[in-house]
Amino acid sequence: MTALTARAPSRFLPVIATFVVFVATFGVGSLRYEGFATGQVVANLFIDNAFLIVLAVGMTFVILTGGIDLSVGSVVALSTMIAAAALRAGWPAWLVVPAVLATGSALGLLMGVVIHRFQVQPFIVTLAGMFLARGLCFVISVESVSIKDPTFRALATGTLELPGGVTITHTVVIALVAVAVAAYVLHLTRFGRTVYAVGGSESSARLMGLRTGRVKVGVYVISGFCSALAGLLFSLYMLSGYGLHAVGMELDAIAAVVVGGSLLSGGVGFVVGSVAGVLVLGTIQTLISFQGTLSSWWTKIVIGVLLLAFIVLQRLIVRRS
Amino acid sequence: MSRRLLWPVLALVALLLVNVFVTPSFLSLRMQDGHLFGSLVDILRNGAPTLLIALGMTLVIATRGIDLSVGAVAAIAGAVTCTHIAAGGDPFSGMAIALALCALMGLWNGFLVSVVGVQPIIATLVLMTAGRGIAMLITEGQIITVDNPAYRQIGAGFLVLPIAILISVAALVGVALVTRRTALGLLIESVGVNPEASRLAGVRSRTIIWTVYVFVALCSGVAGLMISSNVSAADANNAGLWIEMDAILAVVIGGTSLAGGRYSLTGTLLGALIIQTLTTTVYTIGVPPEVTLVFKAVVVLAVCLLQAPALSRALAPRRKVVLP
Repeated sequence: MTALTARAPSRFLPVIATFVVFVATFGVGSLRYEGFATGQVVANLFIDNAFLIVLAVGMTFVILTGGIDLSVGSVVALSTMIAAAALRAGWPAWLVVPAVLATGSALGLLMGVVIHRFQVQPFIVTLAGMFLARGLCFVISVESVSIKDPTFRALATGTLELPGGVTITHTVVIALVAVAVAAYVLHLTRFGRTVYAVGGSESSARLMGLRTGRVKVGVYVISGFCSALAGLLFSLYMLSGYGLHAVGMELDAIAAVVVGGSLLSGGVGFVVGSVAGVLVLGTIQTLISFQGTLSSWWTKIVIGVLLLAFIVLQRLIVRRS
Repeated sequence: MSRRLLWPVLALVALLLVNVFVTPSFLSLRMQDGHLFGSLVDILRNGAPTLLIALGMTLVIATRGIDLSVGAVAAIAGAVTCTHIAAGGDPFSGMAIALALCALMGLWNGFLVSVVGVQPIIATLVLMTAGRGIAMLITEGQIITVDNPAYRQIGAGFLVLPIAILISVAALVGVALVTRRTALGLLIESVGVNPEASRLAGVRSRTIIWTVYVFVALCSGVAGLMISSNVSAADANNAGLWIEMDAILAVVIGGTSLAGGRYSLTGTLLGALIIQTLTTTVYTIGVPPEVTLVFKAVVVLAVCLLQAPALSRALAPRRKVVLP
C-alpha cells in the first residue's frame, strides 16, 4: 500500500510541476501587469496556441512509444499549402478538409511503415519526412497563397461567447475536442494501453502478445493526422498557405511535450501535461509581449532554460525510482 | 572498397553524371589569378562547412549521441566575431574569443550528456533553442556586416583551392590519423556500443563523451566562421540554419549507424559531397532551389533503406543462405 501511494505521486510529479510552473508564470504576470489575470488573456492563450495544442497531442503519442517525429512542422506547412491551393482551384471546403487530413495521415503511415518494417531510426525517417513535406510545399507554389473561401473565412473570424464576456474561436473547440479524444484513446482503449506498454519495454510488450507493430505504425499515423489538423487550424489562423509557415514548430511541439512531463525514453506522460506545456510556452510569450521592452529572442532563451529545468527534474525523478 | 561505401559512391557518381549530361562543361577546371575555378571547386567550397560539422558529428554519433545545437553554435561563432570586428577589434582575437565560447558550449553539452545523463537529442535541443536566442542577443537582432580582408579569407579566400575546403580536409585527415592510428577510434566505438561496459573495462567513457562534444562544438564554430566570413556578415537567424540536419544526413548517408558503435570518416566525406552535389545539381537542372528538399528526402530514404538490415535480410535468399 505504501509502495502504491509513494509511486503515484512520482508518476504525476512532472505534470504537477508543469501546472505549478504555469500557475507561477501566470501569477507573476498578474501581479506585475494590470489586466493580465483576465479570462480573455487565458482564452487568448488557447486561441493563439490551438494548433500547437493539437500538434503536441500527436507528438505525445509518438514520444510515449519512445519515438520522435520531426516532420510535424513541415506537415503543418504542407497542409496549409494544400488547403490554400485546393480552395483557390475551386474545391469546396467540405472536400478540402478530408483531403488534407488524409494526406497528413498517409505521410504518417508511410513514415511509420518505414520505421517499423525496415527498422530505420525514427529520427532519420521523420527528418526525411520533414524535408519531403517542406519540399512538396514549394512544388505546389513558392509564393504564399491567400485563402478567400467564404466557409474558411467564416470559421476563422467567427467567435463563440462564453459566460463572463470571454470570446473564443472555433479552433479552440476543435483543439479541446482533439485533447479529449486523445486522452480517451490513451487511457481507455486497448490501443492506448499498448502505446504505454511499447514505451515501457517493446520486447516485453511483444512477448505479452500485444500488437506492437500496429501501435508503432499507428502513432505516426496519429501524429500525421494531428499535424494535418493543426495545419488546418493554422491556415484558419493565418488565412494563407505558405511553404515557410511553421518553420521550427516541431521543436515547439517537442518542447511542450517535454515541459509537460513526458519522458523522451517513452512510457511516461499524459496528454493533459502536454497541453499544460503548451500553455506554459504561451504564457511566457504573452509575458514577454506584455513586458514590451524585452526583445522577442528572450522567448527562445527562456524556453531553453525551462526545457533544461524540466529535463534535470526528470533525471532526478528517474534516478530516485 | 568496403561494401558499406558502395551505395554512397554510386550515388555520387550518378549525381555527377547527371550534371555532366545537363551541362557538358561541368567537369572543366581552369586556373585564373592562381585560383582554380569550376563547378567542382564550387561544390567543395560550399560543402566545406557541412563537411567540417559532419566530421565532428560523426564522432558524436559514434558514441551513440547526436548534437542538434551545431547550427546555433555556428551562428554564435559568426555573431561574436562580427560584433567584435564591427566594434573595432582585431579579427584574430575575435575568432579566438568565438572559438573559446564554442568550446564552452561543447563542455556544456558534454556535461549534460555525460554527467547529468540526459539523452543527447534533448540535451542539445536546449542549446539549439536557446543558442539562436543568444546569437540574437549578441547581435541585438541586427545583421552585422563587416569589411575585413583578413577575416574574409576563411570563407572566401583561395590558396589555389578555396581555403575553407583546405581547413575542412586538414581537419578530416587530422581526425583520421588521430583516431585510426591510435586506440582513440576504438575507444570511441566501444563507448558507442556500451558506455557502461566500456567504463567497467577501464575506458574513460565520460572523458571521451565530453571530448567529442567539445570537438563538434569547435568544428561548428570554425564552420560558423566560414559561413559568416563568406558573406562578410553575421545573421543570427539564418546562419547555419538546418546545417545540423545536413550534417546528420551526411553522416548517415556515409554509413555511420545512428545506433553508435561504428563510424566511417570516408563515408562522411562522401555523404557531405553527395549533399552538396545534390544541391548544385538541382540548381543546374533549373528546378526552384526550394524543391531541393524533396530530392534530399528521396536520397536519404533510399540510402537508409539500402543500408537497413531488414531489407538486406529480405534480399538475402538470392545470395548464399548460411544456416546456423
